[in-house]
Amino acid sequence: MSTETLVDFDEALTRYEPALGLEVHVELNTATKMFCGCPATFGGEPNTQVCPTCLGLPGAMPAVNAKAVEAAIRIGLALNCDIAEWCRFARKNYFYPDMPKNFQTSQYDEPIAFDGYMDVDVDGETFRVDIERAHMEEDTGKSTHVGGATGRIHGADHSLVDYNRAGIPLIEIVTRPITGAGEKAPAVARAYVQQLRDLILALGVSEARMDQGNLRADVNLSLAPAGSGALGTRSETKNVNSFRSIERAVRFEVSRHAGVLDGGGKVVQETRHFHEDTGITTSGREKSDAEDYRYFPEPDLVPVAPSRAWVEELRATLPENPTTKRARLQGEWGFTDLEMRDTVGAGAFGLVEETIAAGAAPQAARKWWVAELARRAKDAGVELAEVGVTPAQVAAVQALVDAGTINDKLARQVFDGLVAGEGTPEEIVAARGLAIVSDDGALGAAVDKAIEANPDVAQKIRDGKHAAAGALIGAVMKEMRGQADAGRVRELVLERLA
Amino acid sequence: MSAATTDWTRRTAAELADALAAGEVTSVELTRAHLDRIAAVDGDADSGVHAFLHVDAEGALAQARASDERRAAGAPLHALDGVPIAVKDVLATTGLPTTCGSRILEGWVPPYDATVVAKLKAAGLPILGKTNMDEFAMGSSTEHSAYGPTRNPWDLTRIPGGSGGGSAAAVAAYEAPLAIGTDTGGSIRQPGAVTGTVGVKPTYGAVSRYGLVALANSLDQVGPVTRTVLDSALLQDLIGGHDPRDSTSIPQELPSLVEAARQGATGDLTGLKVGVVTELSGEGWQPGVKARFDETVALLVDAGAEVVEVSCPNIVHAIAAYYLVLPAECSSNLAKFDAMRYGRRVLPAGVEAPSAEEVMRASRDEGFGDEVKRRIIIGTYALSSGYYDAYYGQAQKIRTLIARDFDAAFEQVDVLVSPTAPTTAFKLGEKLDDPLAMYAGDLATIPANLAGIPGISVPAGLADEDGLPVGFQVLAPAMADDRVYRVGAAVEALLARTWGGALLAQAPELEEVAR
Repeated sequence: MSTETLVDFDEALTRYEPALGLEVHVELNTATKMFCGCPATFGGEPNTQVCPTCLGLPGAMPAVNAKAVEAAIRIGLALNCDIAEWCRFARKNYFYPDMPKNFQTSQYDEPIAFDGYMDVDVDGETFRVDIERAHMEEDTGKSTHVGGATGRIHGADHSLVDYNRAGIPLIEIVTRPITGAGEKAPAVARAYVQQLRDLILALGVSEARMDQGNLRADVNLSLAPAGSGALGTRSETKNVNSFRSIERAVRFEVSRHAGVLDGGGKVVQETRHFHEDTGITTSGREKSDAEDYRYFPEPDLVPVAPSRAWVEELRATLPENPTTKRARLQGEWGFTDLEMRDTVGAGAFGLVEETIAAGAAPQAARKWWVAELARRAKDAGVELAEVGVTPAQVAAVQALVDAGTINDKLARQVFDGLVAGEGTPEEIVAARGLAIVSDDGALGAAVDKAIEANPDVAQKIRDGKHAAAGALIGAVMKEMRGQADAGRVRELVLERLA
Repeated sequence: MSAATTDWTRRTAAELADALAAGEVTSVELTRAHLDRIAAVDGDADSGVHAFLHVDAEGALAQARASDERRAAGAPLHALDGVPIAVKDVLATTGLPTTCGSRILEGWVPPYDATVVAKLKAAGLPILGKTNMDEFAMGSSTEHSAYGPTRNPWDLTRIPGGSGGGSAAAVAAYEAPLAIGTDTGGSIRQPGAVTGTVGVKPTYGAVSRYGLVALANSLDQVGPVTRTVLDSALLQDLIGGHDPRDSTSIPQELPSLVEAARQGATGDLTGLKVGVVTELSGEGWQPGVKARFDETVALLVDAGAEVVEVSCPNIVHAIAAYYLVLPAECSSNLAKFDAMRYGRRVLPAGVEAPSAEEVMRASRDEGFGDEVKRRIIIGTYALSSGYYDAYYGQAQKIRTLIARDFDAAFEQVDVLVSPTAPTTAFKLGEKLDDPLAMYAGDLATIPANLAGIPGISVPAGLADEDGLPVGFQVLAPAMADDRVYRVGAAVEALLARTWGGALLAQAPELEEVAR
């Protein structure tokens, strides 16, 4: 499929400086659509949440959803943006089958929020990402192409359009070019989107689920000769739908651009599609100056002019700034810098926070999410939040450990049960018979058996080498299928071999 | 009140409302009388007035019966409950075709009512049918209707004005006592002028546009088409007001227009300051138009008004600005007519299994007329990157300048006056090949749309050279619609004294069409 020459990522960065740009679309969770009263909920039967306005029927008119404007302003404020005193919607004219009016009602040169920034942490280093703008627009309908091999329009037998999504409010957040990240560019891209998602969730304005398209990222990338300070021609990789994919898409595009430039070629300004399975991008439509959206102010809507008093009211509703909050919680939790970095890097910050809120000790919460559950998520190829265990369940499992009902090893089996949907942690412990045995009768028999089977080890212990007890404890644990109270076993071993 | 007659179609809407209230007539009788009149004189694309594209006899009579039942129960919904009305085919009507005079919407029956239509229904007015118009309201003669022209009841070889020639002709031919029109650059007022009827373009935002298939959203306004100023006032009072579905509609309430019309009908204009717009004073226009205008201004002075001349210098740029703003907006509005979801679909000839794109191309090629295509092309060009500032941007600046000219003028005077159109009704076909000449005819009406202010056209008499109606236009500041009604009603009353009745009474009797 791809005939491109790819240059090794690290090698590419010896010659080129990457510039990143991220465009993130956030689908708001307002009750109704951007310009009409239809429900904006996800998953209804096709074309059941529609009206003349969102179907673009002749004569129908839009009216702005004030809740969406409120959400846009709050997002803008949280991104340290200025909020426009007066701004308009504009028509973005282009033809697309799932766009009912054949123009998208968006904002052009008068966005609701502009000139902001977000500080992004990568491996303990802070990168400031400048936000150019955040503007309001409407989503399009959704096409399903039936009968083709690829699910794309080419080769399809026919196409079905569902307009339930048409008119759902979107906020598009656009960064300025991010330069100077060097080999950390993929990580910066990922961390920015991750932090942006945390922010959106904290604001409560969207479900922000990437797998459901509530949060969609387009990754723009260009390379310029190292030290030139220039900006190269960019590619726009569309709808990269997970944090991991964002990182991979940036890496791939760096390698690809470097290959083109090394060969004396010119990077084509185009839209590219990222392929989750292979980790590569392929060319979509070419984007050039020929694409002319003929923007003009939407004459059916009046300007949006949020009063300063309202903006200040909304500012007062903002959640704590994520950076400040992180520093505060690190102190409260007693995490080292390294522990904190690992937690954030694993995408576990919010999950750990919730687990602690549910009653677990900070270190225990961290340990489960950053080690055990992160490994499971990686193996399953899913986001940590989608691993199948909730923060409340992790806290419940830890409570069982704290009570001595199970140990860490048994806890892993409880997580197996949780992922398999076998019930609550308590139910799983009961059903799987995982509770620790601390009854001296049963344990004593197993200890005697172990001593008998390992006379050499037993002799060493009798000789005062208590460190050798581990081997006997291990044998007992094996005998008891891990369900023995290890501390009591140790005591019994030492008692018998005193 | 006019002399009693048994022909209910000759009465004004206000008279019909009184007769219904007094129990002298039923809505069914009224509605049937108008349906009979339509059957007698409306004809079709080839003969008769051809004011209607769709007549809904059954629906209108059902609404009339319901109205009569309400009245019998002592619970009419509105003063006009039971008075029939015609609606321009550019407003969405549930269960009734809405074609906008275009082939591309042939067969489309909207699943919803325009707000204005919903208000008419909620007040109990039976809807007789949908009236003819230039395709998507682009034109000044109704000759650009894809379904054949409407003819002027004064002379069937002449145009009835446009784009709302159907609504004006229906009212002038006594096929309907009331009609709804829309005015983007004069589409209510100019047909009113050339058919000897009354037409009002309200303040932009005074009447909801929800359900009006947009020509140019920033210029369009729905308004009344009637035979008297009082009837227009009754109708605008009914259809006006804020609509949450149209955010450009004005939240504030206008003063009572019926009261303003009744006050004007006394003919006393003492203390009123009237400005004659220098640039629209009729100099060089058809002599009969100029003569009737000057006489009417003299009448205003006799009625106690103070008349001065006022200049609005930027009006000379109005047509140029209008023909950039309008095509730009309509090029975008009309992009959605792709024959995929509604309207007429044309399969390209000789293509087996055509692609969606081929179907769209064939449908738009056959579905849109030449005038529509011309404006789509101009508008697309004017909005193009690199041309936007020079064309659309510049036109918006001229709009602002014209609005400022009006603001300055209204510092000095209460209302402005001019002839409504530079000529009387021209012959069908006379200007079809000369779009620029057709556009120039709207010079006096376009500025009000660009500035968003209200305007009325009332009959001013007949031109000596051709015996055809001349219109007198009154403009007022935004939100001061009551002033155009007051002055319009005064002109109507003063002229009726000199004519001994309504001007329309002088129109020739229409022959019945062959059936």
